[in-house]
Amino acid sequence: MAYITCKDLAVGYNKTAVASGINFTVGKGDYLCIVGTNGAGKSTLMRTLLNLQPPVGGEIVTGDGLKSYEIGYLPQRTDTQKDFPASVKEVVLSGTQAGSRRLFYSRAQKERAYKNIEELGIWELRNRSFRSLSGGQQQRTLLARALSGTDKILLLDEPITGLDPSAAAQLYEITDELNRAGVAIIMITHDLAAIEHADHILHVDRSHNFFGSKIEYMNSEKWKLFQEIEEMEHDGAAS
Amino acid sequence: MEQLAKLQFYFNYPFVRYALLVGVLIALCSSLLGVILVLRRFSYIGDGLSHVAFGAMAVGTILKLANDTIFIMPVTIIAAIILLKNGGNAKVRGDAALAMLSVGALAVGYLVMNVFSTSANISGDVCTTLFGSTSILTLSQDEVMICMIMSAITVIVFVVFYNRIFAVTFDESYAKATGINADGYQTLIAVITAIIIVLAMNLVGSLLITALLVFPALSAMRIFNSFRSVIIYSAVVSVVGAAFGIIISILASTPVGATIVILDMIIFAAHSVAGKALGRG
Repeated sequence: MAYITCKDLAVGYNKTAVASGINFTVGKGDYLCIVGTNGAGKSTLMRTLLNLQPPVGGEIVTGDGLKSYEIGYLPQRTDTQKDFPASVKEVVLSGTQAGSRRLFYSRAQKERAYKNIEELGIWELRNRSFRSLSGGQQQRTLLARALSGTDKILLLDEPITGLDPSAAAQLYEITDELNRAGVAIIMITHDLAAIEHADHILHVDRSHNFFGSKIEYMNSEKWKLFQEIEEMEHDGAAS
Repeated sequence: MEQLAKLQFYFNYPFVRYALLVGVLIALCSSLLGVILVLRRFSYIGDGLSHVAFGAMAVGTILKLANDTIFIMPVTIIAAIILLKNGGNAKVRGDAALAMLSVGALAVGYLVMNVFSTSANISGDVCTTLFGSTSILTLSQDEVMICMIMSAITVIVFVVFYNRIFAVTFDESYAKATGINADGYQTLIAVITAIIIVLAMNLVGSLLITALLVFPALSAMRIFNSFRSVIIYSAVVSVVGAAFGIIISILASTPVGATIVILDMIIFAAHSVAGKALGRG
């Protein structure tokens, strides 16, 4: 039984579907990349997977003992957080509240947070302010927060946006390592390089979606289309 | 020495002691809430809600209610919930909604006072509610009790739900996705904000409430890096500012609200300089 199975899922707002006919499964140790053009419904799909909004149609079935709050996620950084006074420790600790009824942190919660801080290589930064960190360090902090709530699934929303190439490479290294340790990864991305790390691809495109293994995707028309669009956008941004 | 004797003389009167106590308590509560409101980009909500309270008070007066707090409180609380909960995704964006509500309530309040008031000195009445002036020196024992109870509730809520409040303020979507009742906590904060603002109107008046909410929080953020230290330090700064402000206003016979606000401004300026010097600006 997979962690998440989407059956003919339609996502959108106010009962109007942005994307429909989405079918895919994610199980333990999978690495899924969700690609598609801007406005195709990737973010809406993510919010639906996180239970932040109801599906417009179809269903999401969770299995393998996955509870709804056990999807850790790495959001795109928001403006609010740019000047928020919070130490790395405080941010990571807040992740342990996932599914917990406790109002104060137990020793186990603290140990879990500290372990993740250490594993993500930000122990030296633990008392630093989140707002003073570099983009890559902030992403590691938010990853540590997500891992403090779950060790089953991580959902990453455009994780390398705004990172320099070496920080981006490091982030891919970390996610690969987590994936090898058995954490399922779902990554929404624009980055062609991300696809190399994945084993499955979901291409969201209105109602013409594609879901399959990376090799199947590489042989499909969608892949060519995606490459062309990304290159066009890239050129457009460069000129 | 002479000043000290004068102070001692004034503190013999219970109403002066009440004023100091209420001032300190309100400063404490508003600084706690202020940190959250500033971080959620709702710095101006104090202004908006106090104008709503002003409008409600004017209407309450013409309805000849014996105790107009019964009317002001619910109206302000409802306004607070509407503003804070709609935040991001309403049809009218947060700041625009706040602006409309704020001036709308002010206009209704002033019009009602002007047309229906029986008082001979309308501009005097309006000025008092806008700038607080003397009402803090005429507090009854009941009002002091209400203020103490509300302050205790605010502090207890902050201590008990501290970790939840942090999670919801730092990243609301994440908190929701991990099963925290974010909407519930937002409503709780909105209700407490409304209550503290209605109480604070006595102290500094409608126009200056924003200062009590934002200056201590911003001062603390200039020099501290963690949420916990910002919250605690902001409370300390606010209490010290209010206590000294009230004492100065007694000794120098200046208006209470304006004195506290100017003191808070000076404190903020000092912290900005200190923050730059520490390289945290």
